[in-house]
Amino acid sequence: MPKDHGIGASPKRREDVRFLTGAGNYTDDINVHGQAYVHFLRSDVAHGKISKIDTSAAEGMPGVVRIFTGADFEGVGGLPCGWQVTDKHGEPMKEPAHPVLCQGKVRHVGDPIAAVVADSLEEARTAAEAIVVDIEELPAVVDMGKALEAGATKVHDDLDDNLCYDWQFGTDTETTDAAFKSAAHVTTLELVNNRLVANPMEPRVAVGDYSRAGDDYTLYTTSQNPHVIRLLMGAFVLGIPEHKLRVVAPDVGGGFGTKIFHYAEEAFCTFAAKACNRPVKWTSTRSEAFMSDAHGRDHVTRIELALDKDNNFIGVRTDTKANMGAYLSTFSSSVPTWLHGTLMAGNYKTPAVQVNVKAVFTNTVPVDAYRGAGRPEATFQLERVIDQAARELGVDPIALRRQNFITQFPYATPVAVEYDTGDYEATMAKMEELMDIPGFAARRAESEKKGMLRGLGVNCFIEACGIAPSNLVGQLGARAGLYDAATVRVNATGSISVMVGAHSHGQGHETVFPQVVAEMLGIDESMIDIVHGDTSKIPFGMGTYGSRSLAVCGSAMVRATEKIINKAKKIAGHLLEASDSDIELKDGMFSVAGTDKSVAWGDVTLAAYVPHNYPLEEIEPGLEETAFYDPANFTYPAGAYACEVEVDPETGKVTIEKFVSADDFGNVVNPMIVEGQVHGGIAQGIGQALLENCAYDENGQLLSASYMDYAMPRADDIPHMAHYVVDHSCQTPCTHNPLGVKGCGEAGAIGSPPTVVNAVIDALHSGGHTHVSHIDMPVSPSRVWAAMNGQ
Amino acid sequence: MYSFDIQRPTSVADAVAALGTDEALPLGGGQTLIPTLKQRLSAPSVLVSLTGIADIKGVCTADDGALCIGGGTTHATVAREASSYPGLAALAGNIGDPAVRNRGTIGGSVANNDPSACYPAAVLASGATVVTNNRSIAADDYFQGMFATALDEGEIVTEVRFPVPEKSCYMKFEQPASRFALVGVFVAKYADGVRVAVTGASEDGVFRWTEAEEALSANFAPEAVDGLSVSGDGMISDLHGSGAYRAHLVGVMTKRAVAAAS
Ligand SMILES: Cc1cc2nc3c(=O)[nH]c(=O)nc-3n(C[C@H](O)[C@H](O)[C@H](O)COP(=O)(O)OP(=O)(O)OC[C@H]3O[C@@H](n4cnc5c(N)ncnc54)[C@H](O)[C@@H]3O)c2cc1C
Repeated sequence: MPKDHGIGASPKRREDVRFLTGAGNYTDDINVHGQAYVHFLRSDVAHGKISKIDTSAAEGMPGVVRIFTGADFEGVGGLPCGWQVTDKHGEPMKEPAHPVLCQGKVRHVGDPIAAVVADSLEEARTAAEAIVVDIEELPAVVDMGKALEAGATKVHDDLDDNLCYDWQFGTDTETTDAAFKSAAHVTTLELVNNRLVANPMEPRVAVGDYSRAGDDYTLYTTSQNPHVIRLLMGAFVLGIPEHKLRVVAPDVGGGFGTKIFHYAEEAFCTFAAKACNRPVKWTSTRSEAFMSDAHGRDHVTRIELALDKDNNFIGVRTDTKANMGAYLSTFSSSVPTWLHGTLMAGNYKTPAVQVNVKAVFTNTVPVDAYRGAGRPEATFQLERVIDQAARELGVDPIALRRQNFITQFPYATPVAVEYDTGDYEATMAKMEELMDIPGFAARRAESEKKGMLRGLGVNCFIEACGIAPSNLVGQLGARAGLYDAATVRVNATGSISVMVGAHSHGQGHETVFPQVVAEMLGIDESMIDIVHGDTSKIPFGMGTYGSRSLAVCGSAMVRATEKIINKAKKIAGHLLEASDSDIELKDGMFSVAGTDKSVAWGDVTLAAYVPHNYPLEEIEPGLEETAFYDPANFTYPAGAYACEVEVDPETGKVTIEKFVSADDFGNVVNPMIVEGQVHGGIAQGIGQALLENCAYDENGQLLSASYMDYAMPRADDIPHMAHYVVDHSCQTPCTHNPLGVKGCGEAGAIGSPPTVVNAVIDALHSGGHTHVSHIDMPVSPSRVWAAMNGQ
Repeated sequence: MYSFDIQRPTSVADAVAALGTDEALPLGGGQTLIPTLKQRLSAPSVLVSLTGIADIKGVCTADDGALCIGGGTTHATVAREASSYPGLAALAGNIGDPAVRNRGTIGGSVANNDPSACYPAAVLASGATVVTNNRSIAADDYFQGMFATALDEGEIVTEVRFPVPEKSCYMKFEQPASRFALVGVFVAKYADGVRVAVTGASEDGVFRWTEAEEALSANFAPEAVDGLSVSGDGMISDLHGSGAYRAHLVGVMTKRAVAAAS
């Protein structure tokens, strides 16, 4: 019998009532009395010197409150980067200034040159058209290879070149070279991990408000982590102390990473609210989102895999160029390094793994974390090269993976992390069963009868989630701790508000977190509500990303609830005239062990707030506890994925016929929500593999600047639910957090892209196109056709 | 969007009069024009909405058997009511999404003549006649390159008359993002011969593939197209496919259209 409440049950998502009935409260729904609107005049060229900005004509136009340019931000801080990477020579990465509004130069299409604040948005737009900007165009730096050539045009004149850092990690060169020298076989692939635009359904919005009376500020913003924004914007950009700055992230319509970062528009609206003495609101259009939201991925990699004569993996070596775009976004530097290099061992016991990454500045939108952040890039390389090795060696790709699996835990990889637990054999076997691998030959024959090529692709992945142990990330260059916090506030009548640092923007925390507390206390979930997204209401929080909410913030909530239970037992002991060590809590009742004496949850909570009969000399009245939780290690979800595709040999069109995932997320609190997260993640991975392509031309113009050219996956691009199987029955609980959970938010997007590409290559080989070893994503019809036809 | 005045005439004559003012534009379903206005890429002083003119809406059959579709008829209505011309009804039913089909009109589509739009292929392959407030224009004279038509300023498409073929089919290979035609081929078989029109592919907009027409007029079978090809020169080459790829798809889609024609 599946449980109907508490941990392991799948109650419907309580937040959906408001989301699905139009009752949500998103940032754009927030209007502050007297607010003005800002329109940003953005660069339409990728690179150039600003020789003149003349706002005089625009200033007198109807409705204009004030026009700002870079000059208004002199003396104001730039947007900071939250992670300092140290390069292979021990030097810190290059950190060029990132002004709120351009100063002297524009560095990408979309870079904000000026901002017009006006009574209405249309008036702001009209006035912006009257601003005269002269730009001396400079050659655009777009291609990363060319950006690194000697004498290349520089994106930042004050740097020596376009290199942000040259990073090396893992096994030393001598040992790695020796492994490759002794290899019986080496497989090499050159791969592109395509640039993506996150495209959350809700575009970004910011409303800045300032109160002269209290000299304090409020920023309403579309953020995954309001405390992080308060810290970065308050401390680094505008110099506002925390107690004078409130950041509210109300309902947020999806983030996928792109709403982690601190953006210029947030700082602008906060700054301008004081400068104009009026609230200032900005709502991104979809077109603006394409050129101002941080993009994702954009790696170019050469990977080599060395195998011995028995097909054991003995070495992995990678050489990656990672695009940073024009400026360093908040976590950009960490993505190709610590979130990517640390995963290059994958699920395999390869003894030598060396990762080399050059981060490069270009005249493009900044690139930062996007669902999976570094881990999809790592998985893609490794799983593509393993597939190719199997093909070159003529061995079964599943058997080759199996043979090299890590089987003993804990396992310390050559790339600095220690996997606490896992069972890769179990997820592989589950995947094989669900996919019906033995039936593939018959399915291929059916497809061939219709004139279609059918391919099977498999893939394994591992990710480091539950981000992250503060002391470890501190050593690696993080400029923040990555703990989280929760306050459990029990009210007099026993109902509970839990203030959590994790922000929910689609994940379903409001449903899942109460399940945990209800299970611990034995009370009904309906008595518990979650509060999040407001720095004035919650103790602290590092926010939601890196599949960390339940593993880190949920752990803080468990710790705080344990404190509540301890105190409640003392009160119950007093009421029952027994020692608190003899008190047991079950189904919301406190009882004295071995007796029939008991007192209900609500009696205890009432006693805490009406302490007439209460041990006041020993404990305080009230029932509210806070805990901060700093994880001891990352968590390591892992899994095995497979898919079958049909390729139309005449058009090159790829259709996904079946997709199966077998994940190990450790313990699962709400199976329905986990399945939803995986479905969504795989859909995004299919989007990356087949459809999404953020492309620039050689002048730095964004070619895919709207949905007319940027292909988002739609329902009919994803297999029908009957052929879209997600499984999480293989569970090796995390060994170091109280819930034994690992995190499920990113797995789908990490595990699926190589699965799809492996399947397409398999299909093409079955059709005799044996010269095709790789097709870059998105594996669009035209690319498949070109590959088949040697073009 | 810049501000503009809007007029809602109920007759073609009133609409034509309203369009006589400077910088006036007709507004059909707005599915192309409204996004253009929102991006401030167009600044008409007056929009003349055609949606209130009952005379230019609906589907009927003329005495000569031609299917007559009012210029203000939505794609959804055509999909539902053009049952005597299944190839055309199917084309209309696969344009955009339900919202686009419930607003967008055939008049707006052929007036706009987007090089990737679907209707132009049907109009040209059917040898249809575009009827306006003051004349009739044969399809072969009407389409004049990307976004260019024989229409004069202020001229309104009031009707499109389609001779109904014995067999027809539209095969659309979708551009993955917009789902307009990357290449769309409309094949129409009449008693006196076959017409083949191609959209999405050429830098000159919709065109007739006369070589295939001849071969198919002699033998209306997919194999008749074997060995024929269009050149990749002059074909659109973009993020979604090279000119050579589009040229290749013209052949594939033509064969598939012939095979599926009914
Ligand atoms: C999401 C989306 C997907 C789409 N997918 C497709 C697709 O797959 N295939 C496809 O073919 N199209 C597609 N379209 C375009 C759609 O079919 C439009 O409806 C059509 O192109 C324009 O018709 P409209 O009535 O909306 O014209 P409007 O947008 O109102 O007008 C377009 C132009 O035509 C003029 N005009 C309008 N009516 C007349 C008239 N009767 N006489 C003279 N001039 C007129 C206007 O002044 C304007 O210049 C799509 C549109 C959208 C928004």
